Amino acid sequence: MKDSENELSKHYTIASADFSRAGQVSTQIKELLQEIGITSSIIRRAVIATYEAEMNVVMYAEEAELFLTVNPEKIHIRIEDKGQGITDINLAMQEGFSTATDEMREMGFGAGMGLPNIKRNADKFNISSIPGKGTSVDIIFCLNQRENY
Amino acid sequence: MKLQEIKDLLKAEVICGEDHLDIEIEFAGGSDLMSDVLAFSKPGILLLTGLSNVQSVRTADFIEAKGIIYVRGKMPDANGIEMAKTLGIPILSTKHMMYKTCGILYGSGLPGVSDIEKTE
Repeated sequence: MKDSENELSKHYTIASADFSRAGQVSTQIKELLQEIGITSSIIRRAVIATYEAEMNVVMYAEEAELFLTVNPEKIHIRIEDKGQGITDINLAMQEGFSTATDEMREMGFGAGMGLPNIKRNADKFNISSIPGKGTSVDIIFCLNQRENY
Repeated sequence: MKLQEIKDLLKAEVICGEDHLDIEIEFAGGSDLMSDVLAFSKPGILLLTGLSNVQSVRTADFIEAKGIIYVRGKMPDANGIEMAKTLGIPILSTKHMMYKTCGILYGSGLPGVSDIEKTE
């Protein structure tokens, strides 16, 4: 973890296909945000979005790096995964669209709600993908309500 | 409605969190799909689910659920129970299926999550 006077940054690795441990990074981020005194309603939105993104990595990618940055203005969560990528992002953003397997659905996920749910919870959300290489998402939560992102 | 009353109505077994039975439950929501739960829940929900893996406990933590009722007699494995104990989330298990569980609680006056106006 790197800290400066006004900014905290931390890096996590998310492993693929490990359903039993899926969510551990989101738990660590929740605990960190609680420790530094972020408002609980923002923590809830941030953790739900992170958890959905983490589950996407576990289900679809080979591995991913998560970069968390917190400063007085915002929480920025960037996830870069290596994997199959997304061919049609607009389609993937539609609620109910899913390429999940039965195993994923048995775990309670894969209903095509993940990406829309991340966007719904975030103040700013961006996704880019290169098919065959991987997907990157930026999830931002404003801490200063006067800031217009 | 106290969690104790919910336990009695559902003839439920307390898996962990016996000391939480006096907490007040204001509303509930049920689904086996954690994606749906993450999308529709509100803080303070009582989560009813038939999904008993460890992700149901994690989801309950992230959505700030007050407790989990597992339907169809299900219960999480040892890891899930340990996680719930650590997080202070009470877990109950009822033999009723989802439809009947929801019906008993709703018919007894416990609102659904969609009935609640709650700002996050």
